[in-house]
Amino acid sequence: MPFKVEPRAETSRAVVYATPVLAVLLTVISGYFLFLLLGLSPAKTLYHFLVSPTLSFYGWSELCVKAGPLVLIATGLAIGFRANVWNIGAEGQLTLGAIAAGGVALAFWNDSGLWILPLMCLAGILGGMIYAAIPAFLKTRFDVSEILTSLMLTYVATLGLGILVYGPWRDPQGYNFPQTRMFSDSALLPLILDGTRMHVGILVTLFVAVAAWILMTRAVIGFQVKVVGQAPLAARFGGFSGKRTVWLSFLLSGGASGLAGTFEAAGPVGQLVPHLTPGYGFTAIIVAFLGRLHPLGIIAAGFLMAISYNGGEIAQVEDRLPQAATGVFQGMLLFYLLACDFLSRYRLRRAARREVTPS
Amino acid sequence: MHDESQTPRLVLKGISKRFQSVVANDHVGFSVAPGQVHALLGENGAGKSTLVKIIYGVLQADEGQILWNGHEVSINSPKRARELGIGMVFQHFSLFQAMTVLENIALGIDDAPDLKELAERIIAVSRKYGLPLDPTREIHTLSVGERQRVEIVRCLLQNPKLLIMDEPTSVLTPQEVGRLFVTLRQLSQEGCSILYISHKLQEIKELCHHATVLRGGRVVGECDPAIETARGMAQLMIGTELKQLVRRAGTITDEPRLIVSNLSLRSDQPFGVDLKGISFQVGAGEIFGIAGVAGNGQNELTEALAGEVVLHSPSTIRLDGKPIAHLNAEQRRMQGLCSVPEERNGHASVGDMTLAENTLLSARNRMGLTFKGFIRKGDARAFARQVIEDFGVKAPGPGSNAATLSGGNLQKFIVGREVLQSPEVLVIAQPTWGVDAGAAAAIHQALFKLAQSGAAIVVVSQDLDELLVVTDRLAVINGGTLSPALATADATIEQIGLLMGGLHGLDQVDGTARRESRDAV
Repeated sequence: MPFKVEPRAETSRAVVYATPVLAVLLTVISGYFLFLLLGLSPAKTLYHFLVSPTLSFYGWSELCVKAGPLVLIATGLAIGFRANVWNIGAEGQLTLGAIAAGGVALAFWNDSGLWILPLMCLAGILGGMIYAAIPAFLKTRFDVSEILTSLMLTYVATLGLGILVYGPWRDPQGYNFPQTRMFSDSALLPLILDGTRMHVGILVTLFVAVAAWILMTRAVIGFQVKVVGQAPLAARFGGFSGKRTVWLSFLLSGGASGLAGTFEAAGPVGQLVPHLTPGYGFTAIIVAFLGRLHPLGIIAAGFLMAISYNGGEIAQVEDRLPQAATGVFQGMLLFYLLACDFLSRYRLRRAARREVTPS
Repeated sequence: MHDESQTPRLVLKGISKRFQSVVANDHVGFSVAPGQVHALLGENGAGKSTLVKIIYGVLQADEGQILWNGHEVSINSPKRARELGIGMVFQHFSLFQAMTVLENIALGIDDAPDLKELAERIIAVSRKYGLPLDPTREIHTLSVGERQRVEIVRCLLQNPKLLIMDEPTSVLTPQEVGRLFVTLRQLSQEGCSILYISHKLQEIKELCHHATVLRGGRVVGECDPAIETARGMAQLMIGTELKQLVRRAGTITDEPRLIVSNLSLRSDQPFGVDLKGISFQVGAGEIFGIAGVAGNGQNELTEALAGEVVLHSPSTIRLDGKPIAHLNAEQRRMQGLCSVPEERNGHASVGDMTLAENTLLSARNRMGLTFKGFIRKGDARAFARQVIEDFGVKAPGPGSNAATLSGGNLQKFIVGREVLQSPEVLVIAQPTWGVDAGAAAAIHQALFKLAQSGAAIVVVSQDLDELLVVTDRLAVINGGTLSPALATADATIEQIGLLMGGLHGLDQVDGTARRESRDAV
């Protein structure tokens, strides 16, 4: 082996916060060459990709609509990630939340009243929590890797939603399209501003982010989560149960994801469809890490990811950029972020060659 | 015997090594004659380990020269060191638990011959040096002393001209120490130099021909240990006059505060030790010691006492009559039992958190540092500051990260955090492990003071000298069983040593005859 990996003695705080910026820069540079290879004009495509979405007020409102669910899910996930609990299945919990909330909306389709939306939110949160409880149970009872179970359950959830919208819940007047009826007005989130798609869910998300920030910095529970993540033995010494922390992490992140699913169904989409989101549950993992697991960082990272979604759409229209490019962009970002993180903690050194000297 | 007139085996000249802002070695120089047993004496953090790692090629010096048999050499890897004829027995062994002695040795030596030949050579070497060893035994069935033998034999197979031993006796019973010394003297007579690292002065007086004393990375003195007094060497090592401990007056009452009755616990770790029927009592104002060679169930017992492992039968452990064995660590703390785990970093504290945050770990409920699930940051800071001041912890303030403190200062902080909660019972493991003498004295003084106020204290330690100084009564743990308690004042080293060795297996020289080992106890 010509190289070997060594831990660095110290990682400065500045480096920790600089790595996301560096990762974004590297992604842009790689994107430049990627677009060049695709035969596009790289500068123009990058402009459409990264700048165009921010040029109008409506553009910003659309960024809020996209960033909202990302931030909400990432905030929940970040709590678990701090405790070294790896919930990769937010997409599935989101789907279950949407199914539960959608079920309420369809059940009371003929009714109206202010109580329907809160009931949907409650159902959505519970749906996400119950679905997240499965990996939590398997982890705490049988020590099954939560990474695998939560990830795989995502596909089960998506198929489950498919069964419902292709089958019993299909809109009778929907010309056989696989979708439910449009929710009644009582089951749709009120808009904050006319002429935009910004809904009250975004305000709730902001509230949740602030609440999470207080929880993590001021509450004993936040302290518990951090201790369990950083030093499991110290957690045991402090009387903090690792299993309870797994449950707490999954229930909080599952609940947040379920609520995000509710907001999508009752917000921009307005009904249940087979693919409710462009993979917010997975993108939120990147958002959580890009935001350094800090609620305020997560809000910034959520907007960056929203730009990549909306910019990707603009570039599709303007430059005929393939749809997959958005996914590639997000993947590169996570890759560079992890690489920068790794290199800020370790360094590569040329392995010392064997010396052949006579003794 | 060694001969000072010959070309020295090893000469160090002006060796310096820096880590970021810390100078670990500052122009260190000394020489080791062939066959000399040379002591390297110093407190933890004096730079001994860095220095021997440089000699063994694990680290490279920033400055300075190494002369080997009169020729300058550059030792850039342990492999190079072994080629030159330097062997090293580390304080922490690097052995694979589930493999045999033979396999471990084959993995650890360069250009190993085939296994059959190697096994014969292992037996030959172990006979020659009185280090009985059965090559077919698996490591996890060996006692710690036997494991050390594996490491020594591994070195001896390569015919070293210099053997470095890093704190070799910290894991041995007094009897095992005696036998190790016989082996080392034999090696010395055959011309093998030995660099012997220790802070145990009595051993150095007994074994070594010459001592180099390090303090703060520099050589502060050299002496002939046979002539210099232990006290003189200690003062050279510490740099100040030794403070005499103030021994408290006997305030022990008969009233038992902590009663442990028939504590048995199956270990859930692959190579853990099962606890078998452990019973003892500690009275108010009493300091009770638990001695023993590492790995005989101390960790398991400490965890069971502290509540990190919860037991099924509540009355196995009783505090002032209340059954507490079914409670977790924090619940026991609320009942009055505080504890200090052996490992400072990552167990008793979280390195990446501030001292103020670290007070929350064990003092949040007892000291009212939280309110309705929220942290009272101001109170946590104030408590941390109080610990820092009362225990003379050298730290910039409650906002410093625990990991930035030196071992001794962090230990003082942790002990202070528990003692200031005025517990009814304190369970403390290795209170002064790797701590400088000043901090050790401060910690012992704090334990005395706490006992004087009526607390019952359990000290689990491998340092027999410490237990003899600190405790009123002590018992020895071996293979998960606890011996009957002895009054410390009446106990002799030999008596304790025999208990530490489990009273058996000490005198047989034939390796194969030792199969009964720990499982049979």
